[in-house]
Amino acid sequence: MPEATYLGAITATLGEAMRADPRVFVLGVAEGGPWGATKGLVGEFGAERVRNTPISEAAICGIAVGAAQSGLRPVVEIMFVDFVTLALDQLVNQAAKAHFMSGGQLTVPLVLRTQGGAGQRGGAQHSQSLEAWLTHVPGLKVVMPSTAADAAGLLAAAIADPNPVVFVENKTLYFRREELAREDVPIGRAKVVRPGRDVTVVALSRLVHESLAAAEDLAGEGVEVEVVDPRTLVPLDLETIVESVARTHRLVVAHEAVAHGGVGAEIAAQVQAASFDELDAPIERVGAPFAPIPFSPPLEDAYLPGRAEVAAAVRASLGR
Amino acid sequence: MWRIRVFEERVGRLTRANEIHGLVHLSAGQEAVAVGVCSQLRDDDAVYSGHRAHGHAIAKGAPLEGVMAELMGREGGLCRGLGGSMHLVDVEHGFLGATGVVGGNVPLALGSALAARLSGSDAVAVVFFGDGAVQGGIFAESVNLAALWRLPAILVCENNGFAEFTPRSAHTTVERVSDVVAPWELERETVDGNEVLEVHAAFGRFLEQARAGQGPFLLECLTHRLGGHYEGDPQLYREALAAAEWQELDPILRLQRALGHDGFEEEAGAEVEAAVEVARASPFPGPDLGAELVYA
Repeated sequence: MPEATYLGAITATLGEAMRADPRVFVLGVAEGGPWGATKGLVGEFGAERVRNTPISEAAICGIAVGAAQSGLRPVVEIMFVDFVTLALDQLVNQAAKAHFMSGGQLTVPLVLRTQGGAGQRGGAQHSQSLEAWLTHVPGLKVVMPSTAADAAGLLAAAIADPNPVVFVENKTLYFRREELAREDVPIGRAKVVRPGRDVTVVALSRLVHESLAAAEDLAGEGVEVEVVDPRTLVPLDLETIVESVARTHRLVVAHEAVAHGGVGAEIAAQVQAASFDELDAPIERVGAPFAPIPFSPPLEDAYLPGRAEVAAAVRASLGR
Repeated sequence: MWRIRVFEERVGRLTRANEIHGLVHLSAGQEAVAVGVCSQLRDDDAVYSGHRAHGHAIAKGAPLEGVMAELMGREGGLCRGLGGSMHLVDVEHGFLGATGVVGGNVPLALGSALAARLSGSDAVAVVFFGDGAVQGGIFAESVNLAALWRLPAILVCENNGFAEFTPRSAHTTVERVSDVVAPWELERETVDGNEVLEVHAAFGRFLEQARAGQGPFLLECLTHRLGGHYEGDPQLYREALAAAEWQELDPILRLQRALGHDGFEEEAGAEVEAAVEVARASPFPGPDLGAELVYA
């Protein structure tokens, strides 16, 4: 089984999709920005299909929407999720609603790749986790892979999907190496990444790895944690989460985004509605404080939720 | 042009009678731009419009009954009643859509132009927007990209002198939209937008070049919005033109004076009345339609 990085899996999947379908093309600022996710592709596919764009997030997103409506399959990259703010009209008012408002005449098979996450001293405008905003918009699908295998599988699925899909990567995962088991990863299917009988932890993106580390720590205390990665936020695979809660009767939802108004709140609301009688304890949420991300390294480290916060939430759920 | 004029006037009456709801922006007075441009386009040429879109859709070939039923929110509407006045779409005739966000349609047209180029077609993309759209950042971003990538797109500005409720002079120091794009050196022209033959000729010159893969182009059409920004706008910000003054400006009367032809008004009236009857007979959409069409 070949070893690959998360970033390498993305580049390889883009190349495969472009080789298989001439309608697929990529566009973004500086061919993948500081990480160069699309850098290797221009040699094979040429500058017409690997388009280096000016720093015009709104226009390139709009061009991608128009191209998608006219039959192409664009993969547009917004270098930091923080800059999706600049493209929101195109994403929210145009892409998300075109199929609906046209009575089904238009489809927008668009993938918007972007990345978020703190931990690299980027300060408050280059480190956010804004996925919750995007999950609030009917018409968008939102995926958030935590491993190279899921990144590859979900990117292929997103490119094949007839709807606009926002693909949220995490910059701290880009160079994480793993044995890459290539498999189909359908949009909308969660994965139980570690089975356990005592507490379910539903974790997103980087927090999946933090939760697995916390689960190791807690195993030493005799607590068996089940870690579930939704992988897709919209549509959410509630069934897998509810099944897990039916086994453990306790739930922790963990993400790096600000807890207030985060995806965790939505998951908690859906689970309590579906499984109120199964729950033996209040649902615990792990997320960042309600503040912008500080620059100063010790402050950023203290701000970021991780292994310790997940473990503490699991203990709280158990009344310890 | 009569078809659009009579249609818009009928829509105005139906809005006042509460048969058409919501925000309705009429294009009466600006017909020459829609007709001078769209009469030269094919179904595979993409046209985008803004919130004042009825005339563009009709000129591009959208059936009157489909537009009227859409404005009434009926199942038989172009968009099955889910779009409304500001979001008309008729894919069959290449009307890829109106958008209610001023300026948001410009990059969409560039995307369609790029799609035409990448798929080896000689189709072009056209986007209609008002002079108010030019002050938005998305306009500059889009013009820059269109020029950089030499996209076969024709930007058609309907400069009616008012950005919603405000005269152009209060929003910008640049009087002509064609001057706004001057630094990019794209081919541009300002014409009398109430003179359909002039619009037709200028657009035709650009179209020929766009079909050959050149672009982008900007055509600024100086025109006049006969009504307010929206239907029901009291228009306290401007004085109405004197009737005699409008007679001189009216693109339809001017064409009649040039060609001496008449009789279209009655014909258009009958077509519009038939469309109203078809639309009225169409049911409202079922309650589940919305949920069915969130995703493709």
